[in-house]
Amino acid sequence: MGVEKNVVEIASGIKQIPGTPVVISPIDKIINWARAGSLWPLTFGLACCAIEMMATGASHFDLDRYGIIFRATPRQADVLIVAGTVTKKMAPIIRRVYDQMPEPKYVIAMGSCACSGGVFKTYSVVQGVDEFLPVDIYVPGCPPRPEALLFGLLQLQEKIKREAKKWGFWR
Amino acid sequence: MARYLEINKKQTKEETWEEPFYLNMGPQHPSTHGVLRLFLELEGETIVNCDPIIGYLHRGVEKLSENLNYNQTIVLSDRLDYIASAANNTVFALAFEKLIGLEVPRRAKLLRTIVCEMARICNHLLWLATHALDIGAMTVFLYCFRDREWLLNIYEKICGARLTHSYVRVGGVRQDFTKEIIEELYRFTEEFPSRIYDYETLIDVNRIWLRRTKGIAVVPAEQAINLGLTGPVLRGSGVPYDVRKFRPYDAYGEVDFIVPTGKNGDTYDRYRVRMEELRQSNRIIRQCLDKLPETEGEPVLAENAPDLLIPEKVKEPKPQPVPKKGVIFRGVDRPIVPSGEAFASIESPKGELAVYVVSSGSNKPWRLRIRTPSFVHISAIPYMAKNHMIADLIAIIGTLDIVLGDSDR
Repeated sequence: MGVEKNVVEIASGIKQIPGTPVVISPIDKIINWARAGSLWPLTFGLACCAIEMMATGASHFDLDRYGIIFRATPRQADVLIVAGTVTKKMAPIIRRVYDQMPEPKYVIAMGSCACSGGVFKTYSVVQGVDEFLPVDIYVPGCPPRPEALLFGLLQLQEKIKREAKKWGFWR
Repeated sequence: MARYLEINKKQTKEETWEEPFYLNMGPQHPSTHGVLRLFLELEGETIVNCDPIIGYLHRGVEKLSENLNYNQTIVLSDRLDYIASAANNTVFALAFEKLIGLEVPRRAKLLRTIVCEMARICNHLLWLATHALDIGAMTVFLYCFRDREWLLNIYEKICGARLTHSYVRVGGVRQDFTKEIIEELYRFTEEFPSRIYDYETLIDVNRIWLRRTKGIAVVPAEQAINLGLTGPVLRGSGVPYDVRKFRPYDAYGEVDFIVPTGKNGDTYDRYRVRMEELRQSNRIIRQCLDKLPETEGEPVLAENAPDLLIPEKVKEPKPQPVPKKGVIFRGVDRPIVPSGEAFASIESPKGELAVYVVSSGSNKPWRLRIRTPSFVHISAIPYMAKNHMIADLIAIIGTLDIVLGDSDR
């Protein structure tokens, strides 16, 4: 068959026959590819890092070009960016927001407060969001630069592209 | 619909058996500017009662600073009002300087004033961006962030940080401006007035903007004073109170600027006040830049400013000739910070920001109290939101310009 010679690799492991709406690929790869291409984070700012998160989404570091669009409700979001200090009063609410998100869902801990508590080792601050959420990517910094958050999101895309059998048994 | 109205007409107020409708807004809400929670009692869509619940970002800064020395405390102050960090740094430094009894060099004062006014522009741009976005103007958001990014780049050249720059130190500032920064600031101040004009053309006569802001959350001058409002919110009601004019600190005594005031005390007037403040801030930066060559070569840190890691006590120097054989003179321990108390207040972009510090003679504050404008402004929400629609509540939160890190501390 001459078809296989003409296929073009549009992403790693995903091949397209030119001129036709046909893609040849293992199913998990194609699902991961689609997921990584449209990460929708939740608009959920907690503290200082939220300002940098807004800056990442605004005009200079346009997040839209990666297919990353902020959604205001957890029901439509894929990624929870925990941007800022998590206090003990706030922790149950973050957990609830996370539970409201549909699977597959990912968590990015943005800033040193969300990663480890940062400078606030006090009675009211949770020492890292990983105490009650499964964190996928840690972005350190106080606050991290927008480039750092962008790098974190790109790393998450790489992570999603590699995963198999995590969210269901389709093969 | 008609039948519903008929039933409604028949029912008098006493006959209504319906319970009031309670709605919980926040803490996860995109337009509460952080983690503010509002508990609303509604009648239809009108707010009967509004109960703000705060504390979702309480980090214990006041307690934490009791275990850190004075220069380390300034680092914490960045994270209070993270939109205008330089203002917070300045008020902390002013209080500590009063306590220690330091005289700041003139060049450092000018640099501090520039940095503070840059923070004010940053803050007002972010306020305009989010306020307009909440009300429904997306373009303003993108325009404002473009110009804010320019200022943040200048900040980065000054001290290496974009948002949390502990540039101000006890006794002055960390380092001098380079020539490049001054040129960049000149370029910015020249360009910026036209940018303000751009924003105004976008929303000033916009019909939706006027409908959403005019006559919303009117606070008369007397009521504004009684509520304890400060800053642009108070000035929007027509009270020309500005700490920069009343108790000038840093270099504000030697620069010329106008304190803009509103007339009606509604959301639109507060918007006008802030837009005018942007112009005045630009003017102040320009004047300070013009004055910088006069102080060329001066130090930016007071001579007797304490080290970054303030030692608890310093030893008095040994007398030169050893007095007696066998006796070692160890010197006398002298506390570096005298015991006492100090109070300093500044005009932060959001209102009057004050710090009260009590020292017991060690290198750490014994007690630190921060009076933040956001905390007081949140307490004004129930008054302002009464008999307004839910949609107007978003405008009210926006116009007060609250930051929850500032209020919860």
